[in-house]
Amino acid sequence: MLKKYLVLALLTVFFLVGKASADEFTKEDLKKWQDSFMKVVQEGEKLFHSPTLGKNRVSCDMCHPNAANTHPETYPKFQKQLGKVVGLRDMINWCIQNPLEGEPLPLDDPRMIALEAYITWERRGVPLAPGKH
Amino acid sequence: MKKKLTRRSFLKKTAVAGLAAAAPLKLVEVVYGKENEKFTFAVISDAHLTHIKGTKFVRNFDEGLERAIMEVSFMDPQPDFVVFGGDLAQLGKKEELDHGLEMLSKLSLPIKFVVGEHDFYLDMGEYWQKNIAPLNYSFDHKGVHFVVLNSILTYQSWIDQFKDPMERMLGMARLDNPKGSPFIVGEEGRRWLKKDLSKVSPDIPIIVLTHSPLYKIFKPWNFWTDDAEEVQAILSRFKKVTVMHGHVHQIIYNQIGNISFYAFMSTAWPWPYPPTYTQKPNNFPKITVMMNRADPFHERDGTGWSWVEVINGRVTHHYELWENTPRTVYYDEKLGHPVDKEYQDPAKRIPPQFHY
Repeated sequence: MLKKYLVLALLTVFFLVGKASADEFTKEDLKKWQDSFMKVVQEGEKLFHSPTLGKNRVSCDMCHPNAANTHPETYPKFQKQLGKVVGLRDMINWCIQNPLEGEPLPLDDPRMIALEAYITWERRGVPLAPGKH
Repeated sequence: MKKKLTRRSFLKKTAVAGLAAAAPLKLVEVVYGKENEKFTFAVISDAHLTHIKGTKFVRNFDEGLERAIMEVSFMDPQPDFVVFGGDLAQLGKKEELDHGLEMLSKLSLPIKFVVGEHDFYLDMGEYWQKNIAPLNYSFDHKGVHFVVLNSILTYQSWIDQFKDPMERMLGMARLDNPKGSPFIVGEEGRRWLKKDLSKVSPDIPIIVLTHSPLYKIFKPWNFWTDDAEEVQAILSRFKKVTVMHGHVHQIIYNQIGNISFYAFMSTAWPWPYPPTYTQKPNNFPKITVMMNRADPFHERDGTGWSWVEVINGRVTHHYELWENTPRTVYYDEKLGHPVDKEYQDPAKRIPPQFHY
């Protein structure tokens, strides 16, 4: 008997959750997701303006105010100076290693995601142009 | 007296010191003589020397200033003086200003110092005024009246919010600070300027040296002086007025009424051009041909220094761009504004001059 109720309860949960997560979301959901994204953008903005990524007190914003001149819309692209096609995060690490004289971040590091989120947010609305030099 | 310096004779001199490869000066022609009011001065600006700890400074920025000093030292004939366009320090620290002064002491020329916001906001200009230069001053040179004008002040209400001097410095040092505050010359500065110019005849050419541009290009990065129009009005009765400024780390030139504007290069790093930030509108001067997009893999690309020929009170600005082609921007009498010698015609522009 108990087993029967359990199966019924589980089915109900699956039905409800399944329905809710498949194709319906509310304004509250949208706000929640956007807020989660903006929180990461803000973390990225903080990192971008802080000397903690490098070892010589230099920060990303010193050359890239508002992340200008980073061109996230053009990646992946053939980076002529590296002689191959790379992603934006490869260039972020290049900057951390060279002008900032720091250690590269693992490519899936939450700080890397945050930096990408901030850089891309500052470039919102610009059409994608992969490969453009 | 006319002296010519060819690339060959210049290279000979530099080769003696083993520095030939590091100092690529193009053909230079300088004519002395008060009768035709022609002379030269050099410009070094925005060094941003950054203290790490102890005796350690950021190598990259030290090398930029060192290279500019070396190349100015090897100018032959020597310029009459050197203008330092502000931002010797990154965070206004004594260590940074002293380090810069020591490096600049290798120049055997008089230096006219302009204060930048990075030199100022830690102690509100105290160390600068005591050890380097006044904030506002003027001098006459071979028929031209030069004015050094402090344009990096700001509103008292913004300054008063900080209890900690370093927080205030960091607040001003962040170029894209959304809680920043625009530069002003201020009432006192404008009063001083009016008084200084009251003795000067309108026929005398005026060259004003400031750190921020004395006009409004892009407020979010303080490429902007909030009381610019009021300062421009004070300069309006003179026939030949040139304003030369630092802060923007890039080639910009413009003409507003009777005033020609020219920006200095930085020895430290280039800023992006304001139109490349797409989220905010800008008033970037339409006549400027932008410099080539900088290649970050060439550390000195997008940086440099300049030298200025003053001929009959008008300026020809020679940009010495390291790891890139030098540029010359001069005042065109017919057009009545500065033009680039090579690239002003849109048909002559090259792909690296297009920024996006």
